[in-house]
Amino acid sequence: MSRKGGPWLSAVSSWSELGGIILLSLAVSGTAVLLASAVGVPLGSLLGLSRFRGRPLVVRATYTLMGLPPTVAGLAVYMLLRAPGPLGGLGLIFTPAAMVIAQWVLVTPIIIGLVAAAVEDKDRRFRETAVLLGATPWQARLLVLREARPAVFAAVVAGLGRAMAEVGAVMLVGGNIRWETRVMTTAILLETRRGNFGDALVLGGVLLVIGFLLNSAIHRFQTGEG
Amino acid sequence: MPAGDEVMCAVGLKKSYDGRLVLDVERLGVRRGEVLAVLGPSGAGKTTLLRLLATLEEPSAGEVRFGDLVWAGRLSPADLLHWRRRLSFVPQNPVLFTGTVRFNVEMALALRGRDGPAASDEVEALLDRVGLLPLAGARAGSLSTGEAQRVCLARALVTRPDVLLFDEPTASLDPANVAIIEETLREAVRGWRPAVVIVTHNLFQARRVADRAALLVAGKLVEVGETDRLLDRPSDPRTAAFVRGEMVY
Repeated sequence: MSRKGGPWLSAVSSWSELGGIILLSLAVSGTAVLLASAVGVPLGSLLGLSRFRGRPLVVRATYTLMGLPPTVAGLAVYMLLRAPGPLGGLGLIFTPAAMVIAQWVLVTPIIIGLVAAAVEDKDRRFRETAVLLGATPWQARLLVLREARPAVFAAVVAGLGRAMAEVGAVMLVGGNIRWETRVMTTAILLETRRGNFGDALVLGGVLLVIGFLLNSAIHRFQTGEG
Repeated sequence: MPAGDEVMCAVGLKKSYDGRLVLDVERLGVRRGEVLAVLGPSGAGKTTLLRLLATLEEPSAGEVRFGDLVWAGRLSPADLLHWRRRLSFVPQNPVLFTGTVRFNVEMALALRGRDGPAASDEVEALLDRVGLLPLAGARAGSLSTGEAQRVCLARALVTRPDVLLFDEPTASLDPANVAIIEETLREAVRGWRPAVVIVTHNLFQARRVADRAALLVAGKLVEVGETDRLLDRPSDPRTAAFVRGEMVY
């Protein structure tokens, strides 16, 4: 593998390849987190605000799924998307779309659980105040959700962290195919398996820098602070 | 309907938690333009009484009457909203929403569909009264406890409710904040004459602000009467013991 003009990493031959890997990582994890937020924020809010029979069971199940091992999520998605599987005809296996689905499975329970806990915490404190100020039940719920906004942002950021750092699921359903489905974490794994620990650490450092920049941007958006 | 000029009254009101009776009030009413102090040691059921009056708790037995409405644990959503919109509740620990001081006071009016210049003027007048007009644009989270409680007071008064409920509103405040809150309360009573129920440990405060006082001990109403008479010449030995400080607060 030539290192001339490249980022001096054995698994990555050029700056453009490294850029492609970074962009694919961001695209896959970003899309997965956006889709997980679209489902997880409303469901988490509903769970945090509602009191219904069986709720404790739903909460426990959600918390259990928050710790779902990536390889288990990846295996389940792999079984669904592989050629003889129920959704094999879609031809998604070993594509970025499959990686998005696997990360969506992993991240959605995290966002649901964290949003539900945040909303429930605010609910206790603010719902009574809201109704005593003359809020209708819906106005009170909206005020509670308004108070939970920073924690909802934190839940989305935690989901993004989980997605960016995850390797087992994307490896299983993406296959770590060069130029197609190789992302930062699978590239790190490849370097490690090859014994190129220094290169793996460099890629890990790049991943951390990307994470820091992303979190800084989100924090700035959330608070308006630099 | 409450008797005479009573705005709100509790009748045969009982509340139990897990089979333990924490409140048992045969009859207690509060009149228009009157401040009623509810006194009693810790665990006497004072806050439970306020929460029942505010419909935050369901009675185990008996009822609360407020105008034509009766709270016995069930009201239509419209009646419940009507009840709550005719009263204000100031808790011991101020709860303010994220946003400015002005936003927190305006909210009470906005939730009732009232906004515009007239509402804005009312908010400013009340913030001025509680000494917070210069902080109208400040973030609520940046206030001291005393300032936050004054915002809660302004928010409670801006709707000019028929009934004001206070749960130890000055328990952790310095004398300057206590003076502002008490004077603002007196002005409100002189103004549109709301009925006020104030739970307090502070006998001096009861004497300063309340026309009548009621003593609760172990959930039971021991004595009700003119504040000075009840504190100076109690007719029940338990009241005398409480006034002498012989009960655990």
